[in-house]
Amino acid sequence: MSALEMRYEVPGNDFTRAGEASSAIKNKLKQMGIPPGVVRNVAIAVYEGEINMVIHASGGTIDVFVDSDAVSLVLRDTGGGIPDVELAMREGYTTAKEDIRSLGFGAGMGIPNMIKYTDEFKINSEVGKGTVVEMKVYLEK
Amino acid sequence: MKVKDLIANLGFESVHEGEPDREISSVYCCDLLSWVMGRASADSAWITVMGNMNSVAVAVLADISVIVLAENAPIDSAALEKAKQQGVNILKTDKPAFEAGLLINNGL
Ligand SMILES: Nc1ncnc2c1ncn2[C@@H]1O[C@H](COP(=O)(O)OP(=O)(O)O)[C@@H](O)[C@H]1O
Ligand SMILES: [Mg+2]
Repeated sequence: MSALEMRYEVPGNDFTRAGEASSAIKNKLKQMGIPPGVVRNVAIAVYEGEINMVIHASGGTIDVFVDSDAVSLVLRDTGGGIPDVELAMREGYTTAKEDIRSLGFGAGMGIPNMIKYTDEFKINSEVGKGTVVEMKVYLEK
Repeated sequence: MKVKDLIANLGFESVHEGEPDREISSVYCCDLLSWVMGRASADSAWITVMGNMNSVAVAVLADISVIVLAENAPIDSAALEKAKQQGVNILKTDKPAFEAGLLINNGL
């Protein structure tokens, strides 16, 4: 059992609301007195994941677990999945189209950022089923 | 240097002052949002021409002190609304990103 568990729904294909879950998570962690550096790392990592669920899937859920040693995040979607995960993890790799790129996304740095800002990162994806991203940020380095 | 000093001393124009007393500790220039989140430091002034909802979200999530719109780049009304709700500082200038960055950097 975690000290705190929260679930957020991410609506699909709604760019105007993308980031709402991440902002809510950030505010909650801040309120709880989690160190600002940890909060920022979580916020950036989860926002990249949230944006991916909106751009590349059709929304999903984000579960947040706060424990005495770490903040854990599980992002689940039932989108089209990723055919080659190793390729998707590479810096600069993207399948985003021009309309997304014109909004400033699709630089292929989302997954690299998730890896950079978290202490543990796992991604499991099945084509036609969806993607699960699990991340952990330790409270003490 | 504080955000309000950019307006008072360096000629930047206010679009929305959410927290004018916020400190600026560095400058970062880029329009690609993941690059900004990957590289910009917390408390930086972020210079961009990207004035949309996602830029406001990035500023909030990455603890950016102020968004500076270079070359008088427009901000859409939904983004401005969100900036007001979330207390995000937004300024603009007619200068290109590089010159705006130099100006702020020299004032740090
Ligand atoms: N949740 C997801 N569902 C389906 N495909 C995804 C998902 N997340 C990432 N991808 C794939 O991995 C690629 C790389 O993702 P990322 O590093 O975030 O870069 P970007 O989002 O800028 O393309 C995406 O372009 C997309 O093809
Ligand atoms: Mg992405």
